[in-house]
Amino acid sequence: MKRGLTTFNIASLVIGFGFLYLPIVLLVIYSFNASRLVTVWGGFSTKWYASLFRNEQLLDAIWVTFRIGLISATIATVLGTFAAVALVRAGRFKGRTLFSGMIFAPLVMPEVILGLSLLLLFVSLGLPRGFWTVTVSHATVTMCYAAVVIQARLSAFDRQLEEAAQDLGCPPIKAFFAITLPNIAPAVAAAWMLAFTLSLDDLVIASFTSGPGSTTLPMRIYSQVRLGVSPEINAVSTLLIGLVATGVIAVYLFQMRKRREA
Amino acid sequence: MTERSRPRLNIGAVRSTFAPWADPAAKPLVRFENVVKRFDGETAVNGVSLDIYPGEFFALLGPSGCGKTTLMRLLAGFETPDSGRITLAGEDLAGKPPHQRPVNMMFQSYALFPHLSVERNIAFGLKQQGMPKDQIADRVTEMLALVRLDGLARRKPHQLSGGQRQRVALARAIAPRPKMLLLDEPLAALDKKLREETQFELMALQQQLGMTFLIVTHDQEEAMVTADRIAVMRSGEIVQIGRPADVYEAPNSRYVADFIGDVNIFEGKAEFADGTTVRMSSPEAPGGFDIVEDDLLDVGSTAWLAVRPEKIEVHLDEPPPGPNRMAGKIEDIGYLGDWTTYLVELESGRTIRAARANAKRFVDRPVDWDDKVWLTFARDAGVVLTQ
Repeated sequence: MKRGLTTFNIASLVIGFGFLYLPIVLLVIYSFNASRLVTVWGGFSTKWYASLFRNEQLLDAIWVTFRIGLISATIATVLGTFAAVALVRAGRFKGRTLFSGMIFAPLVMPEVILGLSLLLLFVSLGLPRGFWTVTVSHATVTMCYAAVVIQARLSAFDRQLEEAAQDLGCPPIKAFFAITLPNIAPAVAAAWMLAFTLSLDDLVIASFTSGPGSTTLPMRIYSQVRLGVSPEINAVSTLLIGLVATGVIAVYLFQMRKRREA
Repeated sequence: MTERSRPRLNIGAVRSTFAPWADPAAKPLVRFENVVKRFDGETAVNGVSLDIYPGEFFALLGPSGCGKTTLMRLLAGFETPDSGRITLAGEDLAGKPPHQRPVNMMFQSYALFPHLSVERNIAFGLKQQGMPKDQIADRVTEMLALVRLDGLARRKPHQLSGGQRQRVALARAIAPRPKMLLLDEPLAALDKKLREETQFELMALQQQLGMTFLIVTHDQEEAMVTADRIAVMRSGEIVQIGRPADVYEAPNSRYVADFIGDVNIFEGKAEFADGTTVRMSSPEAPGGFDIVEDDLLDVGSTAWLAVRPEKIEVHLDEPPPGPNRMAGKIEDIGYLGDWTTYLVELESGRTIRAARANAKRFVDRPVDWDDKVWLTFARDAGVVLTQ
């Protein structure tokens, strides 16, 4: 086979990456637009960034979103770890197939249905909707993703390591934290990141389960866009993209360093 | 068959004064009493009773699936017996989880903790005991010196060779000074040369520490070299327990004779037995077999004679007729350097193995393919088996 970049390869790369990144590049460019009109270039300016930091509603939404993300991702990771341990370790217990099927069901269930059912639950329980209902809902949904990621790693983990720890005088629970957890840590971290990103990104479920004072960033952006795209939204989106990119690059560099040490 | 039941015969080349199993006053360290373990209806261990004495190097030997590893895991606490009792130093182990049992195991896969350095692997068991930090450091240094791994304390397991990993696993298991060390196929992953060296190292280590070792292996050579006593297992049961020489020279069944080393087995009928000699007729040997044997066999009953290849002599000139003599033709020669194995086809069509040590570099008349030969063996060279 011919190696290197052929014309065809270059063309498909350009088209593919164009599809992926052209909208994002446009968004970043227009966030530095001096004009109020989104589609008309009026010169370079950073004034939307300045006004962004004076927009209390938007800042509030960012703060709420991050808090929800942090808490729900943590809950989801802990619960997902438990679920993964149960699935991998318990062997063939009664109802195992049902349990493993049920844990993956929310992955394929339409978000609208999930959101609606959660809303019905909160209403019938008489819970006032707000910060905690969104957090719990996000934890519920993202837990499945966390369980899948951790389960994959855990089933490749050699159980004899835990037996060896117990044999050397370590009680089973302690052995899990001293031996198993450090070895599946990369998967646990990945699961947390995934859950956090999913929570950050979610519009549908948050719309169903939030209440006054708990408007998340995607909800805020969506409602503002319906009134017309403001360049402030471009600015906040650019900041988000920058944050996510920094995060991804940091994780990559960290892993590279670990691999070199190893 | 213990030594006491046949006082005239001195079995084997090794004479050891260490024989606590022959002393009725000796207290066993570990006692299995009628232990049974089933997995999903399949019996893995079927009523095993066994005593292991302090300071003993004991081997469980058998093919894979014979229940030897299950027996060891029962002792370590990873499996619970369905019935029967296991005691350690007189104390019933029932209901004691693995982390409370004063035995340590060296796993076949070594099971080193991949995220911990060599020294922290070795220190793991000591930390669980709550040993003070400075003492842990001393013990780790001592262990590293013992298994000759000084200088590798900071390495991670994946930075070590197979042999080094094996020694870390060993050091980790003996560091907490367990009452007993369990070794599950400890040398299976090493190459032949290293395996032989390590066998002798294990023996030296066991002597030095005065610790009781229980080794599980499917390799008969490993068991013979290292152990004071061997228990040969077959489908969940112990078939024979004895010193390596007992098991080799006086197997109690065709299974044991065949499992340990090479053997030629001749079927025949007992014609005469007087408590010192057994005479057998056999289609393989026109002159019959005359064997030193104190078993009083029933005349006319079927018996088997087991003769090891190295105890059979190969002659190019016809010896005088008599018992224990067979004629045949050289079918194949396996030259191993130190030994030569001859496959001899008897007149009956059976193939017999005979082996000879190549003690001389030059021989007057080398044995060649298709040579007509006669095989003989001494009256005390074989064992008469009834099962």
